[in-house]
Amino acid sequence: MEPIGYGQSPLDATFAALADPTRRAILARLVVGEASVAELAEPFAMSQPAISKHLRVLEKAGLISSGRDAQRRPRRLEARPFAQATQWLESYREFWEASFDRLDDLLDEMQQKAPRHNKRLSARNKRR
Amino acid sequence: MTERKRLQLTTRGEREIVMTRVFDAPRTLVWEAFTKPELMQRWLLGPPGWSMPVCQLASKVGESYRYVWRGPKGEEMGMGGILKEFVPPERIVTTEKFDQPWYTGECVGTIELAELNGRTTLTQTLRYESREAREMVLKSGMEGGLGMSYDRLAELLTATVAK
Repeated sequence: MEPIGYGQSPLDATFAALADPTRRAILARLVVGEASVAELAEPFAMSQPAISKHLRVLEKAGLISSGRDAQRRPRRLEARPFAQATQWLESYREFWEASFDRLDDLLDEMQQKAPRHNKRLSARNKRR
Repeated sequence: MTERKRLQLTTRGEREIVMTRVFDAPRTLVWEAFTKPELMQRWLLGPPGWSMPVCQLASKVGESYRYVWRGPKGEEMGMGGILKEFVPPERIVTTEKFDQPWYTGECVGTIELAELNGRTTLTQTLRYESREAREMVLKSGMEGGLGMSYDRLAELLTATVAK
């Protein structure tokens, strides 16, 4: 992997691209497999030009690329820059997920000791 | 029906990382779990095999706090800082610095607790000194290679989209 100069900051382009919910949804769709602009536009209440605009942002950030098929020009996911931007977040997420799952158990235990929360607690026990 | 609770983790602006998580407990209890060392040592442990031998908390603004974690092979990781704001049971602001920092400058951490219908939403914000510092943090996990599978990626994206 080539070193990334902080001045150029390609990660900024990745984060900017990921900041938009439509673009995240497009990426989520592309995880399943490549798709044309028309196929990508379908689930959104958006025109194809509007979707194309989002696709350009994603392409510029290196998150997607276009296929060779001249008719469809299917877009596909490029996982590498995405992984670069999210790997730290993932290990951070793992740390907190493990900790918070433990905190859930501790809070359950604390609620059992606190009588004023009994009503909520019995409702929850019924569900289990 | 016990659904697994989702952790939302994202970047905000140029310098922040933001995390949110809902707990099925009133705010006062979550606050206790974040402000009593004997409770914190039971949950703030990360992956299995780690313990937290040092958990010195601050309860007055200006005081310092310190955490040390010990891993399965005896490795230690420490961090600490100064308490900047303390508003029970809703807000804690601290500076934080790891003993072996991998980014420049200090990071400011904010924990906010909001209660709705007996459930508590935690929002934790990390604000780095500069865009470059946050970038160093985000890049720091990369040395281990790009081990992320497409499945994992799909999971991550679905979690983000499900907001």
